[in-house]
Amino acid sequence: MSVLKSLSANEQVALLFVILFGVLGLVSAVTGLLGLREADERLHQRRQRWARELRALWIGAGLFWLAWMTGRAGATLLFGLISFLALREYITLLKTRRGDHRSLLLAFFVALPVQYLLLAQGSYELFAVFIPVYVFLAIPVLSALAGDPERFLERNAKIQWGLTVCVYGLSHAPALVLLDGQRGAFLLFFLVMVVACAQLVQNAAERHWRRRPVARHIDRGFSLRAWATGCLVAAWLGAALYWITPFKAPGALAMAGIAAAAGTLGEFVMSALKRDAGVRVWGNAPSVTGAVGLLDRVAPLCFAAPVFFHSVRWYFQLRP
Amino acid sequence: MRPDKMLPMTRADAMGLVLAFVARLITGAQGHWRGCPPKAEQRIYFANHQSHLDWVLIWAALPHELRANTRPIAARDYWTSSRFKHWLTREVFNAVYVNRARTDDQDPLEPLVDALRRGDSLVIFPEGTRSNLGLPQAFKSGLYHLAQQFPQVQLIPAWIDNVQRVMPKGEVLPVPILCTVTFGAPLGLAPGEDKRAFLDRARQAVIDLQPAPLAANETQAAP
Repeated sequence: MSVLKSLSANEQVALLFVILFGVLGLVSAVTGLLGLREADERLHQRRQRWARELRALWIGAGLFWLAWMTGRAGATLLFGLISFLALREYITLLKTRRGDHRSLLLAFFVALPVQYLLLAQGSYELFAVFIPVYVFLAIPVLSALAGDPERFLERNAKIQWGLTVCVYGLSHAPALVLLDGQRGAFLLFFLVMVVACAQLVQNAAERHWRRRPVARHIDRGFSLRAWATGCLVAAWLGAALYWITPFKAPGALAMAGIAAAAGTLGEFVMSALKRDAGVRVWGNAPSVTGAVGLLDRVAPLCFAAPVFFHSVRWYFQLRP
Repeated sequence: MRPDKMLPMTRADAMGLVLAFVARLITGAQGHWRGCPPKAEQRIYFANHQSHLDWVLIWAALPHELRANTRPIAARDYWTSSRFKHWLTREVFNAVYVNRARTDDQDPLEPLVDALRRGDSLVIFPEGTRSNLGLPQAFKSGLYHLAQQFPQVQLIPAWIDNVQRVMPKGEVLPVPILCTVTFGAPLGLAPGEDKRAFLDRARQAVIDLQPAPLAANETQAAP
């Protein structure tokens, strides 16, 4: 590990990508080979699901590489676009009324760009309070000006919540880059890896154990044991990756555990929200207007990023 | 076919690409081809009409190579009133102009008939006007007359979903919300079919394409 620590930041990132794409390539090759064998209907469905997951991983990894290549501006732009698409999907499914038109315009065309602009500028203070303080006031004001009292609280809560998750939450992912200068990209990578790992392990554990679900009406698979397993495995992965972070091994273990727990619980909350909206996936189900299912992919990150961001900041303050 | 197809990209083509991109960014403009594949056959698409954006949505949902030959109908007095509007409808969308003011000596369908004779496809909104009630109003008879005169042209019903939320009446800026255009199976005029019966059948074909509403969404766009 000391060899790895002695590499320059750029070399370490390059090495990371080599490993990442190498593992993905290997998994894809094995999947391709296994796919040649005969399969019955159920196995076929499972394979298709797996193939979808794998494609999403490839896209995610590719985007991440692109963000790293293009630097801070690129990362900001990329995450801004993802925020936009995720918010678009969210608003599509949580119906709004006519009176919300102006508030929605504000959310999409003012709040979102300004949040990312603040990020690109590095004005951290305003970045952290812009949406919870200023936009929080502006949205209900516009809504009230539209003169429609019907379900006023519910409508404004929907919009504010969407902004908090899709814009405020997600913007903390590229904000990690601000925290730690040249090595910020590692923190982002660390976060994404850990959260993705927790999700994968949790899903596998749910299918393996088939425990009694904690909240059947929200998520038929979610059990505390599967959730804890996911977080634990992710925490150990984090500890194993400690050399790319500013933390020592125990610190990395704790940080990874926090991020994984926040991400998987966030996903759980999103499934409750989906049930409320009357959809199963934020995706391209035939009944649903043509969403792409992006929100399903980024939701865990939306919840994990702010928690992780502030934990890291706190950690740095403890040990300057 | 427009003659400029052989030349490098014109300003109108570039404008078309930009508009299609913006439409996709704002609304997704997903085309769901449920009843027929997107093919380069001569067709009349007819759809529900709720917003100014309807035409742009259908146009953006079409594959790129079908766009040049699929033409909208535009009211001459409005869409030629400024140079930009005229340029946009003539060069970018290749619109068929109709006169809204009715004169006795001219058949209002004549420009449409001309376009169909030349082999172009059309997009029409048979309600005649935008309605922001949930279901489309009764269809005007133009569709029937065109079906009578051009039995070989396919009549494709289409349902445009969600667009009234993107830009409600009276607003200028669109809100990004995903929309879909669902294209149904071709419809034909049955031999000896009555005009009203055919128009009702066509309207029902459009309504049948409406995606099932989401459960528990009482805050649906207000009527």
